[in-house]
Amino acid sequence: MTEQDDLRAQIKEHPLLHDLSDAHIAELATCAVAERFQPGEFLIRDRTPADKFFLIRHGTLSIELETPPKGRLVLQTVHEGDGLGWSWLVPPHRWAFDARAMTLVRTVTFDANALLARFEANHELGYQLLRRLLGMMAHRLTAARLQMLDLYGPPPAAKV
Amino acid sequence: MMTPHGTMAAPAQLDPMTPRPFRIRQRRKELADTFTLALAPDDGGGFAFQPGQFNMLYAFGVGEIPVSISSAPDEPGEILHTIRAVGKVSAALGALKPGDMVGVRGPFGTSWPVEAAYGSDLVILAGGIGLAPLRPAIRQVIAQREKFGNVVILYGARTPEDILFRKELQSWRGHFDLNVEVTVDRVTGAWGGRVGVVTGLIRQGGFDRLHSIALLCGPEVMMRYGVRALHDCGVASERIYVSMERNMKCAVGFCGHCQFGASFVCKDGPVFPFDRIEKLFAIPEL
Ligand SMILES: Cc1cc2nc3c(=O)[nH]c(=O)nc-3n(C[C@H](O)[C@H](O)[C@H](O)COP(=O)(O)OP(=O)(O)OC[C@H]3O[C@@H](n4cnc5c(N)ncnc54)[C@H](O)[C@@H]3O)c2cc1C
Ligand code: FES
Repeated sequence: MTEQDDLRAQIKEHPLLHDLSDAHIAELATCAVAERFQPGEFLIRDRTPADKFFLIRHGTLSIELETPPKGRLVLQTVHEGDGLGWSWLVPPHRWAFDARAMTLVRTVTFDANALLARFEANHELGYQLLRRLLGMMAHRLTAARLQMLDLYGPPPAAKV
Repeated sequence: MMTPHGTMAAPAQLDPMTPRPFRIRQRRKELADTFTLALAPDDGGGFAFQPGQFNMLYAFGVGEIPVSISSAPDEPGEILHTIRAVGKVSAALGALKPGDMVGVRGPFGTSWPVEAAYGSDLVILAGGIGLAPLRPAIRQVIAQREKFGNVVILYGARTPEDILFRKELQSWRGHFDLNVEVTVDRVTGAWGGRVGVVTGLIRQGGFDRLHSIALLCGPEVMMRYGVRALHDCGVASERIYVSMERNMKCAVGFCGHCQFGASFVCKDGPVFPFDRIEKLFAIPEL
């Protein structure tokens, strides 16, 4: 199996992109590498250029923010089967958070600039990928809203 | 008596309006604002109930509140109630000590459909103090694990410090045939686990959408989004059960205090098949 075959297989197995056509998966694989991160290692650093997109194949990582003077705040954890990172899609193309491996993490990592160039040349591929990324972002937004509600906080006024 | 949905009506008691004296055998602190009272009937008699049912607990001279039973029917020893001190009566109950008395009316209401779920996968979704009413059902399921398919237990709390029954959750997690996931909304200290809303865990699956029964208990907003996530996975309303809370007075369907549409939560609930209350479960957009 060549490295490209391997990457194609890994993309096809991932819940976020598994239903893309073989041709689209093959095209995406040319922009990808397989990576490993050790616990504690950063995948993303706040305010640095956003130039990657990750498919999480294994492990758990935390989305964190430095909030002085309180220190680091974990906003969310991301897991096997999730995607990570969309800041490369919108200006100013910089990350707005840190992402750090909590366990051994294995990813398929895409070069975002290469992806954007592919999308320019192949709008159908861009549309198919953006649709799936938008779904991921919508889930994250709903989850973040629910987290903000403080569901388990002090009870609301009694219903009679 | 089994209803078509498999929930169980409360066994009749002689005078449901007269509290029976129970003695506090033990008071255990669970969380900063939450405690468990272990009670035993002072008249030496027995006490039969089903998982999911509740009692009216009377703090003498203060008042009476509905509280779910958090022990399983076959659990040896006392009858447990896990209570979050939010106001007058719950705080008064929290101030009692072993040896003190409380009045108990009950058990009341419908129960979790544990037997009706035989042969199905189970998805148990609990949030905050909502794990307490589900604990007896979970214990019953574990005691007869072979009668169910996959069992997925999803629990959400505000912070790691707010995780109820932490040791027990850890021991459930140790069972190779249970899929237990715990998540918190906020991290305040050291925590190596999940951060994020509990309803998001449903998307991970691990259950057969056509052959699953789901049991939900927690804040109403959590249950609303939990039901939506289950629907999105293809689990039908009639396979989803939610435990509702409304303020109560009589607990036997007389006073109308707990009315929820055409139903009384004390008598027709607290455990409802979701299809029965779906239209009432107003879903205003956030
Ligand atoms: C069937 C049923 C089972 C329950 N099981 C449990 C249980 O196992 N453990 C437990 O801790 N609680 C449980 N509750 C909730 C409990 O009954 C209330 O917290 C209690 O009635 C509050 O009374 P209080 O006098 O302490 O507070 P109050 O002085 O009456 O109220 C204090 C604050 O709590 C709010 N409040 C009152 N009742 C509720 C309620 N039902 N839900 C949300 N907020 C409320 C009030 O609006 C007020 O803001 C259950 C309720 C029902 C209906
Ligand atoms: S509490 Fe009286 S009818 Fe339910």
